[in-house]
Amino acid sequence: MATTYFTSDHEWLRVEGGIATVGITDYAQEQLGDLVFVELPETGKKLTKGDTAVVVESVKAASDVYAPVDGEITEANGTLSSDPSLVNSAATGAGWLWKMRLADESQLAGLMDEAAYKAHIG
Amino acid sequence: MTGDDTRHLPLEDIHVAAGARFGAFAGWSMPLTYPAGVMKEHLHTREQAGLFDISHMKLFEVSGPEAVPLLNRACPLDAGALEISQSKLSFFLNEAGGILDDLIVTRLGDARFMVVANAGNAVADEKHLRALATDFEAKVEPLDRVFLAIQGPEAWAALSRAGIETGSLLFMHGVEPRKNWFMSRSGYTGEDGFEIGLPEADARDLVAKLLGDERVLWIGLAARDSLRLEAGLCLHGQDITPETDPASAALMWAIPKDIRASGAFIGADALRAAVERGPAQKRVGLKPEGRQPVRGGAALFDADGNPAGQVTSGGFGPSAGHPVAMGYVSTPLAKPGMRVFADVRGTKIPVDISSLPFTPHRYRKG
Repeated sequence: MATTYFTSDHEWLRVEGGIATVGITDYAQEQLGDLVFVELPETGKKLTKGDTAVVVESVKAASDVYAPVDGEITEANGTLSSDPSLVNSAATGAGWLWKMRLADESQLAGLMDEAAYKAHIG
Repeated sequence: MTGDDTRHLPLEDIHVAAGARFGAFAGWSMPLTYPAGVMKEHLHTREQAGLFDISHMKLFEVSGPEAVPLLNRACPLDAGALEISQSKLSFFLNEAGGILDDLIVTRLGDARFMVVANAGNAVADEKHLRALATDFEAKVEPLDRVFLAIQGPEAWAALSRAGIETGSLLFMHGVEPRKNWFMSRSGYTGEDGFEIGLPEADARDLVAKLLGDERVLWIGLAARDSLRLEAGLCLHGQDITPETDPASAALMWAIPKDIRASGAFIGADALRAAVERGPAQKRVGLKPEGRQPVRGGAALFDADGNPAGQVTSGGFGPSAGHPVAMGYVSTPLAKPGMRVFADVRGTKIPVDISSLPFTPHRYRKG
Protein backbone atom coordinates (compact mmCIF):
# COMPACT_ATOMS: atom_id res chain seq x y z
CA MET A 1 0.00 0.00 0.00
CA ALA A 2 1.24 3.47 -0.88
CA THR A 3 2.11 5.94 1.86
CA THR A 4 2.20 9.68 1.17
CA TYR A 5 4.75 11.97 2.79
CA PHE A 6 5.26 15.74 2.62
CA THR A 7 8.28 18.03 2.94
CA SER A 8 8.65 21.55 4.30
CA ASP A 9 9.61 22.57 0.72
CA HIS A 10 6.01 21.76 -0.33
CA GLU A 11 6.68 18.50 -2.11
CA TRP A 12 4.73 15.27 -1.79
CA LEU A 13 6.08 11.71 -2.16
CA ARG A 14 3.92 8.67 -2.72
CA VAL A 15 6.00 5.63 -1.80
CA GLU A 16 5.23 2.11 -2.93
CA GLY A 17 7.64 -0.81 -3.29
CA GLY A 18 10.76 1.27 -2.78
CA ILE A 19 9.78 3.78 -5.51
CA ALA A 20 8.67 7.32 -4.68
CA THR A 21 6.53 9.38 -7.04
CA VAL A 22 7.31 13.04 -6.34
CA GLY A 23 5.40 16.24 -7.08
CA ILE A 24 4.70 19.64 -5.61
CA THR A 25 1.70 20.36 -3.42
CA ASP A 26 -1.36 22.31 -4.40
CA TYR A 27 -0.20 25.05 -2.07
CA ALA A 28 3.12 25.22 -3.96
CA GLN A 29 1.56 25.39 -7.43
CA GLU A 30 -0.71 28.18 -6.23
CA GLN A 31 2.28 30.15 -4.99
CA LEU A 32 4.15 29.63 -8.27
CA GLY A 33 1.27 30.58 -10.55
CA ASP A 34 0.78 29.42 -14.14
CA LEU A 35 3.64 27.11 -15.20
CA VAL A 36 4.91 27.35 -18.75
CA PHE A 37 7.88 24.94 -18.70
CA VAL A 38 9.20 22.05 -16.62
CA GLU A 39 12.83 21.03 -16.98
CA LEU A 40 12.75 17.29 -16.35
CA PRO A 41 15.60 15.08 -15.13
CA GLU A 42 17.11 12.22 -17.11
CA THR A 43 16.33 8.66 -16.13
CA GLY A 44 19.20 7.08 -14.23
CA LYS A 45 20.37 10.32 -12.66
CA LYS A 46 21.48 9.81 -9.05
CA LEU A 47 20.38 12.49 -6.61
CA THR A 48 21.32 13.32 -3.06
CA LYS A 49 18.72 14.87 -0.79
CA GLY A 50 18.72 18.64 -1.47
CA ASP A 51 19.96 18.39 -5.08
CA THR A 52 17.90 20.20 -7.70
CA ALA A 53 15.84 17.52 -9.45
CA VAL A 54 13.49 19.63 -11.57
CA VAL A 55 13.14 23.30 -12.47
CA VAL A 56 9.60 24.60 -12.84
CA GLU A 57 9.15 27.84 -14.73
CA SER A 58 6.19 30.16 -14.33
CA VAL A 59 5.51 33.15 -16.58
CA LYS A 60 7.64 35.21 -14.25
CA ALA A 61 10.30 33.05 -12.60
CA ALA A 62 12.17 29.75 -12.44
CA SER A 63 12.07 27.71 -9.21
CA ASP A 64 14.05 24.65 -8.18
CA VAL A 65 12.37 21.50 -6.93
CA TYR A 66 14.75 19.54 -4.71
CA ALA A 67 15.21 15.83 -4.22
CA PRO A 68 13.50 15.17 -0.86
CA VAL A 69 15.57 12.02 -0.27
CA ASP A 70 18.54 10.19 -1.86
CA GLY A 71 17.84 8.01 -4.86
CA GLU A 72 17.94 7.37 -8.58
CA ILE A 73 15.49 8.74 -11.16
CA THR A 74 13.48 5.91 -12.73
CA GLU A 75 11.04 8.02 -14.74
CA ALA A 76 10.17 11.65 -15.49
CA ASN A 77 6.65 12.79 -16.33
CA GLY A 78 7.11 13.40 -20.06
CA THR A 79 3.53 14.63 -20.46
CA LEU A 80 4.65 17.87 -18.80
CA SER A 81 6.85 18.72 -21.81
CA SER A 82 3.74 19.41 -23.85
CA ASP A 83 1.42 20.40 -21.02
CA PRO A 84 3.22 21.97 -18.05
CA SER A 85 -0.11 23.40 -16.81
CA LEU A 86 -0.98 19.90 -15.52
CA VAL A 87 1.12 20.80 -12.48
CA ASN A 88 -1.33 23.63 -11.78
CA SER A 89 -4.51 21.74 -12.53
CA ALA A 90 -3.56 18.37 -10.97
CA ALA A 91 -0.54 18.94 -8.72
CA THR A 92 -1.02 15.79 -6.67
CA GLY A 93 -2.19 13.60 -9.55
CA ALA A 94 -1.38 13.79 -13.29
CA GLY A 95 1.01 16.66 -12.58
CA TRP A 96 3.58 14.48 -10.79
CA LEU A 97 7.19 15.34 -11.67
CA TRP A 98 9.41 12.26 -11.34
CA LYS A 99 9.76 8.79 -9.85
CA MET A 100 12.85 7.70 -7.95
CA ARG A 101 14.19 4.49 -6.41
CA LEU A 102 14.91 5.23 -2.77
CA ALA A 103 18.50 4.72 -1.65
CA ASP A 104 17.69 4.76 2.05
CA GLU A 105 14.09 4.31 3.17
CA SER A 106 15.00 5.40 6.69
CA GLN A 107 15.15 9.00 5.35
CA LEU A 108 11.35 8.91 5.04
CA ALA A 109 11.11 9.04 8.82
CA GLY A 110 12.14 12.70 8.74
CA LEU A 111 9.20 13.71 6.52
CA MET A 112 5.69 14.88 7.43
CA ASP A 113 2.37 13.15 7.08
CA GLU A 114 -0.60 15.02 5.65
CA ALA A 115 -1.85 16.30 9.00
CA ALA A 116 1.57 17.66 9.90
CA TYR A 117 1.91 19.29 6.48
CA LYS A 118 -1.49 20.96 6.78
CA ALA A 119 -0.42 22.37 10.13
CA HIS A 120 2.86 23.49 8.51
CA ILE A 121 1.15 25.62 5.85
CA GLY A 122 -1.38 26.88 8.36
CA MET B 1 4.00 44.73 9.03
CA THR B 2 5.74 47.34 11.10
CA GLY B 3 9.26 48.65 11.28
CA ASP B 4 9.99 48.54 7.56
CA ASP B 5 9.86 51.25 4.94
CA THR B 6 7.62 49.38 2.52
CA ARG B 7 5.03 51.73 1.06
CA HIS B 8 1.42 50.73 0.64
CA LEU B 9 -1.04 51.69 -2.08
CA PRO B 10 -3.88 54.01 -0.99
CA LEU B 11 -6.36 51.46 -2.40
CA GLU B 12 -4.66 48.45 -0.77
CA ASP B 13 -7.87 47.43 1.02
CA ILE B 14 -9.61 47.06 -2.36
CA HIS B 15 -6.82 44.81 -3.65
CA VAL B 16 -6.92 42.70 -0.48
CA ALA B 17 -10.67 42.30 -0.89
CA ALA B 18 -10.12 41.30 -4.53
CA GLY B 19 -7.84 38.46 -3.36
CA ALA B 20 -4.54 39.92 -4.58
CA ARG B 21 -1.24 38.22 -3.82
CA PHE B 22 1.25 40.95 -2.90
CA GLY B 23 4.97 41.28 -3.44
CA ALA B 24 7.64 43.94 -3.08
CA PHE B 25 8.49 46.12 -6.06
CA ALA B 26 10.53 49.34 -6.01
CA GLY B 27 9.90 49.78 -2.28
CA TRP B 28 6.14 49.21 -2.57
CA SER B 29 3.89 46.34 -1.61
CA MET B 30 2.18 45.69 -4.94
CA PRO B 31 -0.50 43.29 -6.17
CA LEU B 32 1.40 40.69 -8.23
CA THR B 33 -1.56 38.56 -9.22
CA TYR B 34 -5.26 38.24 -8.50
CA PRO B 35 -7.13 34.92 -8.27
CA ALA B 36 -7.46 34.68 -12.10
CA GLY B 37 -3.67 34.27 -12.34
CA VAL B 38 -1.07 35.87 -14.58
CA MET B 39 -1.97 33.96 -17.75
CA LYS B 40 -5.68 34.82 -17.69
CA GLU B 41 -4.99 38.37 -16.56
CA HIS B 42 -2.60 38.89 -19.45
CA LEU B 43 -4.97 37.50 -22.08
CA HIS B 44 -7.95 39.35 -20.62
CA THR B 45 -6.10 42.65 -21.05
CA ARG B 46 -5.45 41.93 -24.72
CA GLU B 47 -9.05 40.78 -25.30
CA GLN B 48 -11.11 43.13 -23.11
CA ALA B 49 -9.91 45.58 -20.46
CA GLY B 50 -7.42 45.29 -17.61
CA LEU B 51 -7.38 47.68 -14.64
CA PHE B 52 -3.99 48.33 -13.03
CA ASP B 53 -3.17 50.25 -9.85
CA ILE B 54 0.07 52.03 -10.72
CA SER B 55 0.02 54.50 -7.82
CA HIS B 56 3.64 53.57 -7.13
CA MET B 57 4.52 55.76 -10.09
CA LYS B 58 4.88 59.48 -9.50
CA LEU B 59 3.34 62.50 -11.17
CA PHE B 60 5.13 65.84 -11.07
CA GLU B 61 3.74 69.12 -12.27
CA VAL B 62 6.39 71.43 -13.70
CA SER B 63 5.27 75.00 -14.17
CA GLY B 64 6.44 78.58 -14.42
CA PRO B 65 7.73 81.03 -17.05
CA GLU B 66 10.87 78.93 -17.52
CA ALA B 67 9.28 75.47 -17.43
CA VAL B 68 10.22 74.95 -21.09
CA PRO B 69 13.93 75.74 -20.71
CA LEU B 70 14.05 73.67 -17.48
CA LEU B 71 12.67 70.60 -19.26
CA ASN B 72 14.93 71.19 -22.26
CA ARG B 73 17.88 71.15 -19.88
CA ALA B 74 16.66 68.09 -17.95
CA CYS B 75 15.59 66.00 -20.98
CA PRO B 76 16.64 65.54 -24.62
CA LEU B 77 13.38 67.20 -25.53
CA ASP B 78 12.02 70.25 -27.33
CA ALA B 79 9.35 71.00 -24.73
CA GLY B 80 8.36 74.22 -26.49
CA ALA B 81 7.54 72.28 -29.66
CA LEU B 82 4.95 70.11 -27.89
CA GLU B 83 1.39 71.09 -28.61
CA ILE B 84 -1.00 71.50 -25.70
CA SER B 85 -2.06 67.98 -24.60
CA GLN B 86 0.75 66.27 -26.53
CA SER B 87 2.82 63.68 -24.62
CA LYS B 88 6.32 62.48 -25.37
CA LEU B 89 8.59 59.77 -24.05
CA SER B 90 11.82 61.28 -22.80
CA PHE B 91 14.65 60.65 -20.34
CA PHE B 92 16.73 62.08 -17.59
CA LEU B 93 20.31 61.40 -18.66
CA ASN B 94 23.50 61.66 -16.63
CA GLU B 95 26.56 63.52 -17.93
CA ALA B 96 27.77 60.28 -19.55
CA GLY B 97 24.52 60.00 -21.52
CA GLY B 98 23.30 57.10 -19.33
CA ILE B 99 19.57 56.81 -18.66
CA LEU B 100 18.65 57.84 -15.08
CA ASP B 101 14.96 57.33 -15.83
CA ASP B 102 12.49 57.26 -18.66
CA LEU B 103 9.51 59.60 -18.37
CA ILE B 104 6.40 60.74 -20.15
CA VAL B 105 6.16 64.53 -20.46
CA THR B 106 2.78 66.05 -21.36
CA ARG B 107 2.16 69.71 -22.09
CA LEU B 108 -0.86 70.92 -20.11
CA GLY B 109 -0.55 74.64 -20.88
CA ASP B 110 1.86 77.23 -22.24
CA ALA B 111 4.04 76.94 -19.17
CA ARG B 112 2.69 73.87 -17.43
CA PHE B 113 3.73 70.22 -17.92
CA MET B 114 3.01 66.85 -16.33
CA VAL B 115 5.94 64.48 -15.86
CA VAL B 116 5.29 60.81 -15.04
CA ALA B 117 8.24 59.00 -13.49
CA ASN B 118 8.99 55.40 -12.51
CA ALA B 119 8.41 54.29 -8.93
CA GLY B 120 11.96 53.15 -8.27
CA ASN B 121 13.41 56.47 -9.39
CA ALA B 122 10.75 58.88 -8.12
CA VAL B 123 12.74 60.17 -5.13
CA ALA B 124 15.95 60.62 -7.14
CA ASP B 125 14.00 62.18 -10.03
CA GLU B 126 12.40 64.74 -7.76
CA LYS B 127 15.74 65.68 -6.21
CA HIS B 128 17.37 65.92 -9.64
CA LEU B 129 14.61 68.08 -11.11
CA ARG B 130 14.42 70.34 -8.06
CA ALA B 131 18.17 70.90 -8.13
CA LEU B 132 17.99 71.88 -11.80
CA ALA B 133 14.96 74.08 -11.18
CA THR B 134 16.96 76.41 -8.92
CA ASP B 135 18.54 77.83 -12.11
CA PHE B 136 15.16 78.51 -13.69
CA GLU B 137 12.00 80.38 -12.89
CA ALA B 138 10.00 77.18 -12.58
CA LYS B 139 8.63 74.99 -9.84
CA VAL B 140 8.40 71.24 -9.43
CA GLU B 141 5.40 69.92 -7.55
CA PRO B 142 4.96 66.21 -6.75
CA LEU B 143 1.25 65.39 -6.83
CA ASP B 144 -0.54 63.21 -4.31
CA ARG B 145 -2.69 61.05 -6.58
CA VAL B 146 -3.97 57.56 -7.06
CA PHE B 147 -2.78 56.46 -10.50
CA LEU B 148 -4.78 53.90 -12.44
CA ALA B 149 -4.28 52.39 -15.88
CA ILE B 150 -7.02 50.78 -17.91
CA GLN B 151 -5.73 48.93 -20.93
CA GLY B 152 -7.20 46.85 -23.72
CA PRO B 153 -9.58 47.15 -26.67
CA GLU B 154 -12.62 47.70 -24.40
CA ALA B 155 -10.89 50.27 -22.17
CA TRP B 156 -12.52 53.28 -23.83
CA ALA B 157 -15.97 51.70 -23.75
CA ALA B 158 -15.65 50.76 -20.07
CA LEU B 159 -14.61 54.32 -19.23
CA SER B 160 -17.52 55.63 -21.25
CA ARG B 161 -19.96 53.46 -19.29
CA ALA B 162 -18.34 54.79 -16.10
CA GLY B 163 -19.15 58.31 -17.27
CA ILE B 164 -15.77 59.30 -18.70
CA GLU B 165 -15.75 60.18 -22.36
CA THR B 166 -12.41 59.80 -24.10
CA GLY B 167 -13.63 60.42 -27.65
CA SER B 168 -11.14 62.78 -29.27
CA LEU B 169 -8.14 61.94 -27.12
CA LEU B 170 -5.47 60.20 -29.22
CA PHE B 171 -2.50 58.02 -28.28
CA MET B 172 0.21 59.98 -26.47
CA HIS B 173 -2.02 62.88 -25.54
CA GLY B 174 -3.14 63.90 -22.08
CA VAL B 175 -5.74 66.23 -20.60
CA GLU B 176 -7.22 67.32 -17.27
CA PRO B 177 -10.85 66.20 -17.57
CA ARG B 178 -11.80 67.12 -13.98
CA LYS B 179 -10.31 69.05 -11.09
CA ASN B 180 -7.05 67.41 -10.02
CA TRP B 181 -7.39 64.67 -12.67
CA PHE B 182 -4.86 63.89 -15.34
CA MET B 183 -5.79 61.42 -18.06
CA SER B 184 -3.59 60.34 -20.94
CA ARG B 185 -4.15 57.84 -23.72
CA SER B 186 -1.05 55.78 -23.14
CA GLY B 187 0.12 52.73 -21.28
CA TYR B 188 2.57 49.91 -20.87
CA THR B 189 0.89 46.99 -22.61
CA GLY B 190 0.92 47.79 -26.34
CA GLU B 191 -2.89 48.06 -26.25
CA ASP B 192 -5.11 51.08 -26.57
CA GLY B 193 -5.66 52.42 -23.08
CA PHE B 194 -5.52 55.20 -20.56
CA GLU B 195 -3.62 56.26 -17.47
CA ILE B 196 -5.54 58.36 -14.99
CA GLY B 197 -4.14 60.24 -11.99
CA LEU B 198 -6.86 61.37 -9.59
CA PRO B 199 -7.62 62.05 -5.91
CA GLU B 200 -8.23 58.97 -3.75
CA ALA B 201 -11.95 59.57 -3.17
CA ASP B 202 -12.56 59.96 -6.90
CA ALA B 203 -10.46 56.87 -7.55
CA ARG B 204 -12.56 54.73 -5.19
CA ASP B 205 -15.68 55.87 -6.98
CA LEU B 206 -14.21 55.22 -10.44
CA VAL B 207 -12.85 51.79 -9.48
CA ALA B 208 -16.24 50.72 -8.13
CA LYS B 209 -17.90 51.76 -11.39
CA LEU B 210 -15.29 50.09 -13.57
CA LEU B 211 -15.34 46.82 -11.63
CA GLY B 212 -19.10 46.75 -12.04
CA ASP B 213 -18.44 46.27 -15.76
CA GLU B 214 -17.93 42.61 -16.64
CA ARG B 215 -15.30 43.59 -19.22
CA VAL B 216 -12.96 44.96 -16.54
CA LEU B 217 -10.66 42.85 -14.33
CA TRP B 218 -7.89 43.82 -11.94
CA ILE B 219 -4.49 42.96 -13.39
CA GLY B 220 -1.37 42.50 -11.27
CA LEU B 221 2.26 43.41 -11.73
CA ALA B 222 3.17 39.95 -13.08
CA ALA B 223 0.91 40.35 -16.12
CA ARG B 224 1.93 44.00 -16.44
CA ASP B 225 5.48 42.72 -16.93
CA SER B 226 4.59 40.02 -19.49
CA LEU B 227 2.38 42.50 -21.38
CA ARG B 228 5.06 45.17 -21.61
CA LEU B 229 7.71 42.61 -22.58
CA GLU B 230 5.60 41.30 -25.47
CA ALA B 231 5.05 44.94 -26.47
CA GLY B 232 8.84 45.46 -26.52
CA LEU B 233 8.69 48.21 -23.88
CA CYS B 234 11.66 48.78 -21.58
CA LEU B 235 11.67 48.43 -17.80
CA HIS B 236 14.08 50.93 -16.24
CA GLY B 237 16.58 49.20 -13.98
CA GLN B 238 16.53 46.14 -16.22
CA ASP B 239 16.49 46.98 -19.93
CA ILE B 240 17.72 50.54 -19.54
CA THR B 241 19.96 51.75 -16.72
CA PRO B 242 22.37 54.60 -15.96
CA GLU B 243 24.96 52.46 -17.77
CA THR B 244 23.01 52.36 -21.05
CA ASP B 245 22.48 55.34 -23.36
CA PRO B 246 19.54 55.90 -25.72
CA ALA B 247 21.67 54.92 -28.75
CA SER B 248 22.53 51.45 -27.44
CA ALA B 249 18.99 51.10 -26.07
CA ALA B 250 17.58 51.70 -29.59
CA LEU B 251 15.55 54.61 -28.23
CA MET B 252 16.95 57.46 -30.33
CA TRP B 253 13.54 57.74 -32.00
CA ALA B 254 12.39 59.47 -28.81
CA ILE B 255 14.88 62.33 -29.36
CA PRO B 256 14.01 64.87 -32.08
CA LYS B 257 16.70 65.23 -34.78
CA ASP B 258 17.50 68.89 -34.11
CA ILE B 259 17.78 68.17 -30.38
CA ARG B 260 20.26 65.37 -31.10
CA ALA B 261 22.32 67.85 -33.13
CA SER B 262 22.14 70.98 -31.01
CA GLY B 263 20.16 70.40 -27.80
CA ALA B 264 21.74 71.63 -24.56
CA PHE B 265 20.37 68.83 -22.37
CA ILE B 266 22.44 67.13 -19.71
CA GLY B 267 24.48 64.37 -21.33
CA ALA B 268 24.27 65.92 -24.82
CA ASP B 269 28.01 65.84 -25.52
CA ALA B 270 28.41 62.25 -24.34
CA LEU B 271 25.37 61.10 -26.31
CA ARG B 272 26.61 62.79 -29.49
CA ALA B 273 30.00 61.10 -29.05
CA ALA B 274 28.28 57.73 -28.47
CA VAL B 275 26.19 58.14 -31.61
CA GLU B 276 29.28 59.09 -33.63
CA ARG B 277 31.27 56.08 -32.33
CA GLY B 278 28.31 53.78 -32.84
CA PRO B 279 27.18 51.66 -29.90
CA ALA B 280 29.16 48.48 -29.19
CA GLN B 281 25.94 46.71 -28.21
CA LYS B 282 22.30 47.28 -29.09
CA ARG B 283 19.01 46.36 -27.48
CA VAL B 284 17.06 43.77 -29.45
CA GLY B 285 14.14 41.38 -29.15
CA LEU B 286 15.11 37.77 -28.41
CA LYS B 287 13.02 34.74 -29.30
CA PRO B 288 14.25 31.55 -27.64
CA GLU B 289 13.75 28.36 -29.61
CA GLY B 290 11.36 25.90 -27.99
CA ARG B 291 9.32 26.34 -24.82
CA GLN B 292 11.93 27.08 -22.17
CA PRO B 293 11.97 30.71 -21.01
CA VAL B 294 15.27 32.58 -20.96
CA ARG B 295 15.41 35.03 -18.06
CA GLY B 296 17.04 38.39 -17.42
CA GLY B 297 20.70 37.96 -16.50
CA ALA B 298 21.37 35.03 -18.84
CA ALA B 299 24.61 35.41 -20.81
CA LEU B 300 24.50 35.27 -24.62
CA PHE B 301 27.15 33.71 -26.87
CA ASP B 302 27.74 33.60 -30.61
CA ALA B 303 27.96 30.35 -32.58
CA ASP B 304 31.67 30.06 -31.75
CA GLY B 305 31.05 30.41 -28.02
CA ASN B 306 32.33 33.98 -27.72
CA PRO B 307 30.46 36.34 -25.38
CA ALA B 308 27.85 38.20 -27.43
CA GLY B 309 25.72 40.04 -24.87
CA GLN B 310 23.14 39.43 -22.17
CA VAL B 311 19.42 39.06 -21.61
CA THR B 312 17.87 41.93 -19.61
CA SER B 313 14.22 40.77 -19.42
CA GLY B 314 12.76 37.42 -20.29
CA GLY B 315 9.77 35.25 -19.64
CA PHE B 316 6.86 33.64 -21.38
CA GLY B 317 4.54 35.60 -23.68
CA PRO B 318 0.98 34.32 -23.13
CA SER B 319 -0.32 36.05 -26.29
CA ALA B 320 2.77 35.27 -28.36
CA GLY B 321 2.51 31.64 -27.20
CA HIS B 322 6.26 31.25 -26.81
CA PRO B 323 9.07 32.54 -24.62
CA VAL B 324 9.97 36.19 -25.21
CA ALA B 325 12.95 38.23 -24.08
CA MET B 326 14.98 41.31 -24.76
CA GLY B 327 18.59 42.15 -24.18
CA TYR B 328 21.77 43.55 -25.60
CA VAL B 329 23.94 41.93 -28.27
CA SER B 330 27.07 43.18 -30.03
CA THR B 331 26.07 45.49 -32.87
CA PRO B 332 27.02 43.19 -35.80
CA LEU B 333 24.60 40.58 -34.38
CA ALA B 334 21.79 43.08 -33.70
CA LYS B 335 19.72 42.23 -36.77
CA PRO B 336 16.54 40.15 -37.04
CA GLY B 337 17.41 36.65 -38.18
CA MET B 338 20.80 36.48 -36.47
CA ARG B 339 21.16 33.68 -33.95
CA VAL B 340 22.85 33.64 -30.57
CA PHE B 341 22.84 31.15 -27.70
CA ALA B 342 21.69 31.76 -24.12
CA ASP B 343 23.25 29.95 -21.23
CA VAL B 344 20.45 28.57 -19.03
CA ARG B 345 21.78 26.52 -16.12
CA GLY B 346 24.62 25.23 -18.28
CA THR B 347 22.56 24.42 -21.38
CA LYS B 348 22.96 26.57 -24.49
CA ILE B 349 19.54 27.51 -25.86
CA PRO B 350 19.34 28.88 -29.43
CA VAL B 351 17.87 32.39 -29.47
CA ASP B 352 16.89 34.31 -32.60
CA ILE B 353 17.23 38.06 -32.77
CA SER B 354 13.68 39.26 -33.33
CA SER B 355 12.11 42.58 -34.21
CA LEU B 356 10.02 44.20 -31.49
CA PRO B 357 7.22 44.17 -30.51
CA PHE B 358 6.34 40.46 -30.30
CA THR B 359 2.64 41.39 -30.21
CA PRO B 360 1.57 44.21 -32.56
CA HIS B 361 0.79 47.55 -30.91
CA ARG B 362 -2.85 48.57 -31.17
CA TYR B 363 -2.68 52.24 -30.26
CA ARG B 364 -5.44 54.69 -31.21
CA LYS B 365 -3.46 57.16 -33.26
CA GLY B 366 -6.27 58.83 -35.14
